[in-house]
Amino acid sequence: MTATDHRIQVKNREAEFHCPADKTLLVGMEQQLTKALDVGCRGGGCGVCKIRVLSGEYERKRMSRAHISEQEEKDGLALACRIFPRSDLCIEAIPALEISGHDCETDKKNEC
Amino acid sequence: MRKGVIRPGHVQIRVLDITEALAHYRDLLGLIEVETDSQGRVYLKGWTEVDKFSVVLREADVPGMDFMGYKVLNSDVLGQLEEDLKAYGCEVEEIPAGELNGCGRRIRFAAPTGHQFELYAEKEQTGKWGLSKVNPEAWPRDLKGMKATRFDHCLLYGPNVEATYELFRDVLGFDLAEQVIDPEGNRAAAFLTASMKAHDVAFIECPEPGKFHHASFFLETWEDVLRAADLISMTDTSIDIGPTRHGLTHGKTIYFFDPSGNRNEVFCGGDYHYPDHEPVTWKAEDLGKAIFYHDRVLNERFLTVLT
Ligand code: FES
Ligand SMILES: [Fe+2]
Repeated sequence: MTATDHRIQVKNREAEFHCPADKTLLVGMEQQLTKALDVGCRGGGCGVCKIRVLSGEYERKRMSRAHISEQEEKDGLALACRIFPRSDLCIEAIPALEISGHDCETDKKNEC
Repeated sequence: MRKGVIRPGHVQIRVLDITEALAHYRDLLGLIEVETDSQGRVYLKGWTEVDKFSVVLREADVPGMDFMGYKVLNSDVLGQLEEDLKAYGCEVEEIPAGELNGCGRRIRFAAPTGHQFELYAEKEQTGKWGLSKVNPEAWPRDLKGMKATRFDHCLLYGPNVEATYELFRDVLGFDLAEQVIDPEGNRAAAFLTASMKAHDVAFIECPEPGKFHHASFFLETWEDVLRAADLISMTDTSIDIGPTRHGLTHGKTIYFFDPSGNRNEVFCGGDYHYPDHEPVTWKAEDLGKAIFYHDRVLNERFLTVLT
């Protein structure tokens, strides 16, 4: 772990990992052999790594609008392969079932 | 029976960032950058291809495939196929010559799987890149990356593979080279050819229409596939699986992703198909071996990670 590493807690998976600021959350997770999130294309195209950011700061690259609508983006939904941590983060994995359905609301937001 | 469709001609792929995509397709795959059109689309080709371009990249906010195009023998054949498609009940859209730089008029239609296809008879032929037309040398010396030789085929996912197969067979004259049959006798995958190649397009049944699995590029040797794998690691490019061999087509292959999450394949070898050949059949129960001949199990990504 280095000074720029951020701690990423995955609330609904009871998992956590560290991610450097220059890696996406998904790649950071893979490098620690953590399996909290599904890994797909790693390029913001397929949507399998969809998450909700409950707290913390991040930067994002463009994500497929087929998987993250403008509203969802405002609501803190993101693709883990397209965001870079800028602080410790608390996130929630969105299960594949909800990704394919249109309603991606989770039951309740965990407090972080 | 063949109806005058000769070969795959082009694929237009949507990308999230055109600069990143160009670096991937040009510097890693080694496609030749041809030009950028007034809409900002970037045209590329494999160095052995005689046509001006075969890959078009378009920046958009949803990755995936816009359309795949096939070249037909001549404009009479194009007119005939246009009529045949209409008679078959397809909605046909005419795209005027020049909408893609250097390409003649195109006839566009949707397959029942939800994918857009087009036919055209004319495209500017600039010849193999870096070689003279007479006494050509073996290869040009200043190729980059994987040195992909040509755009070869796409694998597409969607519903109604059977109806799509019938359309390609009855109207466009494709042959079924390889197939996957489930225990109830349904065709879960159809690999179709307009040539001697094991596939000029392939379809796998999936409820969601219009999904893009991969665009594939041809390499000459297994050594080239291993070298492609080295380059994928050197450039930290998103890997899917391989190098390995497919059961279907028996091609030697590696799958990886472009920076927008569209899957690419480079491969070598593989089966051939003459019009009098029976289709090669794989059982759906053995799909793992059919897709990844060495692992003999599917990775989850093969069925679910699509753009
Ligand atoms: S892994 Fe495909 S969108 Fe993140
Ligand atoms: Fe392929």
